[in-house]
Amino acid sequence: MPDPGPVIELDGIENRFGAQVVHDGVGFDVRRGEIFGLVGGSGSGKSVLLKTILGLRRPDAGRVLVEGQDVTAMNDEELRRFKRRYGVTFQHGALFTSLTVAENIKLPVAEAVDLDEATLDALVELRLRMVGLTLDTAAKAPAQLSGGMVKRVALARALALDPAILFLDEPTAGLDPIAATEFDELILYLRRTLGLTIVMVTHDLDTLARTCDRVAVLVDRKVIVDTLEGIVAHDHPWIHSYFHGARGRAISAEREAGRGA
Amino acid sequence: MLASAAREPRRSVMEFSADFDPASGRLTLAGDCAMLDAPALERALGQLRGAAPAGLEVNFERSGTFDIGPAWLLRRALHVLGASGTQVRYRGQPPGHFAYFDELLGRDAGRFPEPAKLTLSQRFTAFGHAVADRVDGWYEELVYGGQLLTSAANAWRSVRRLRIPSIVRHMHETGVQAIPVVAVIAFLISVISAYIGAQQLRPFGAEIFTVDLVTIGVLRELGVLLTAIMVAGRTGSAYAAELGVMKLNDEVDALESMGLNPYEVLVLPRVVALVLVLPLLTVVANAMGIAGGALLTNYLLDLPWQQFVSRLDSAIADTTLWAGLVKAPVFGLLIGLTGTMRGLQVRESSRELGRLTTVAVVQSIFLVIFADALFAIYFLEIDF
Ligand SMILES: Nc1ncnc2c1ncn2[C@@H]1O[C@H](COP(=O)(O)OP(=O)(O)O)[C@@H](O)[C@H]1O
Ligand SMILES: [Mg+2]
Repeated sequence: MPDPGPVIELDGIENRFGAQVVHDGVGFDVRRGEIFGLVGGSGSGKSVLLKTILGLRRPDAGRVLVEGQDVTAMNDEELRRFKRRYGVTFQHGALFTSLTVAENIKLPVAEAVDLDEATLDALVELRLRMVGLTLDTAAKAPAQLSGGMVKRVALARALALDPAILFLDEPTAGLDPIAATEFDELILYLRRTLGLTIVMVTHDLDTLARTCDRVAVLVDRKVIVDTLEGIVAHDHPWIHSYFHGARGRAISAEREAGRGA
Repeated sequence: MLASAAREPRRSVMEFSADFDPASGRLTLAGDCAMLDAPALERALGQLRGAAPAGLEVNFERSGTFDIGPAWLLRRALHVLGASGTQVRYRGQPPGHFAYFDELLGRDAGRFPEPAKLTLSQRFTAFGHAVADRVDGWYEELVYGGQLLTSAANAWRSVRRLRIPSIVRHMHETGVQAIPVVAVIAFLISVISAYIGAQQLRPFGAEIFTVDLVTIGVLRELGVLLTAIMVAGRTGSAYAAELGVMKLNDEVDALESMGLNPYEVLVLPRVVALVLVLPLLTVVANAMGIAGGALLTNYLLDLPWQQFVSRLDSAIADTTLWAGLVKAPVFGLLIGLTGTMRGLQVRESSRELGRLTTVAVVQSIFLVIFADALFAIYFLEIDF
């Protein structure tokens, strides 16, 4: 059983860019071992919220507690140590373009611990296998990869230190449905065996339905948190058209069918 | 049950240790093994590999949870030993990830590519390719110039396609904003040459010729050359970096997909701006240089202003000013072409961006000085 205590607590988060208010009092808890989905329209502030939790951006107001520590109050050294405990994939991959795939995956490991080159290579093999890439990818440059492969390499790099918390920004965007399903299964496996806590920004309703225990929806600069069923039943107009539009209906039909069987 | 291995924050857990005892052939693992404990595990596995015992007992009785990374290293090492004849036995429960690894290894992931070892003939081939690439490079540079000329010719026909607003913006950024630094540099250089001139000419009683030295030097050579070098450093690099980043972001492809010609939209305004701006900056540099010379001769030689002016008047010919100024647009063209071309050559990586930005600066300075030498010879021949 996952430990129900919160790993991440957000309280009264406000983020502003000049006159534009992105978040106005956003607060929720993420429990240990949970897969937590974050959805919202484009520009609703999902990426900005993720950066706030990661300590990459200080909010204009509010507190972020991760494993009981206040991220907004950490000094640089504490932030550095904190950052080793989580893995992140960015929306656009953010692979280091001047390094090969293998070097991208080795970098966080080699910076954190002192290991032989052969050991590092063995770990590269593990991470590539974990994300379902063939080993000949290792020698490639990021520019030689397809969009889907970039996402997988980014995940492999995020997993390099076996983090306790994983943050994924639109991880399945650009993956074909089969690859996306494999990806979901990988996520579920990691959660099951490592008790990983996963926070995932996604627009993929399939992924949302298959993996997420709870979902937070960013609307009107605030957040609504519930199980997927609860969110789907919510009567906010944006949420309604999001889950009951053409794409949403296909998903709910699928879920109904699955339940009937 | 392993599924319950939800990981607690690591503060209270037992320190990890891995001990191999060669005498009894036992590997004892204790505590939780996180990625940060991998070096301790690596050491023990290294000893194990060195000893290559006939039988090995791995004791997991006191071990806690394993991160996936170290578990993988352990399992790999045990498999290699097993394959070379060591009998491996487990005591206690091995990490649950082992089952996952079996599943992973069941899927074919191919092999790591072999690092290429070059034979002699391959080395020769590589050398040949390098030479051919260089020749291709020249060809590419020619084509680049040609493309630009065509788009310039096209743009000439309609004012709208000349993109005046874009040219003005670049003139502001590369010209107006460069005035302070160009002015200061020109002033300082003429002060230095006036100082040296006065010192060297005084023993001959010819210190009045300091005025000739400074004014002719500044107007014919120093003013335009220093301006060009400053602009090459400032703007050549900026052009290369700007276009390089656009290239990396596929912005250039995006332009082309809209049916726009990147030479016309990106390159031409930048090059035209530099061709127009460099003469203007040179005028500023010349003025500051003369002012510096006047100030220093006044200070060192007690030369009154009026006398400086009349001496200057007789020192310079009608052509002196023009001999410097005509070079400015040419230098501007060279810097603009080099900077934009290197920027558009950026492919694939941020390292490439850095390399080509450097190349842009070094080459444009080289080209400017080389062209200046050609001008000097030419002017000498035609007695300009
Ligand atoms: N660095 C920034 N400066 C100004 N505005 C920003 C910045 N980053 C994000 N924004 C604005 O904040 C809003 C939320 O952005 P983002 O979190 O990226 O949206 P999304 O939910 O699509 O990920 C957008 O309106 C965006 O324009
Ligand atoms: Mg985003």
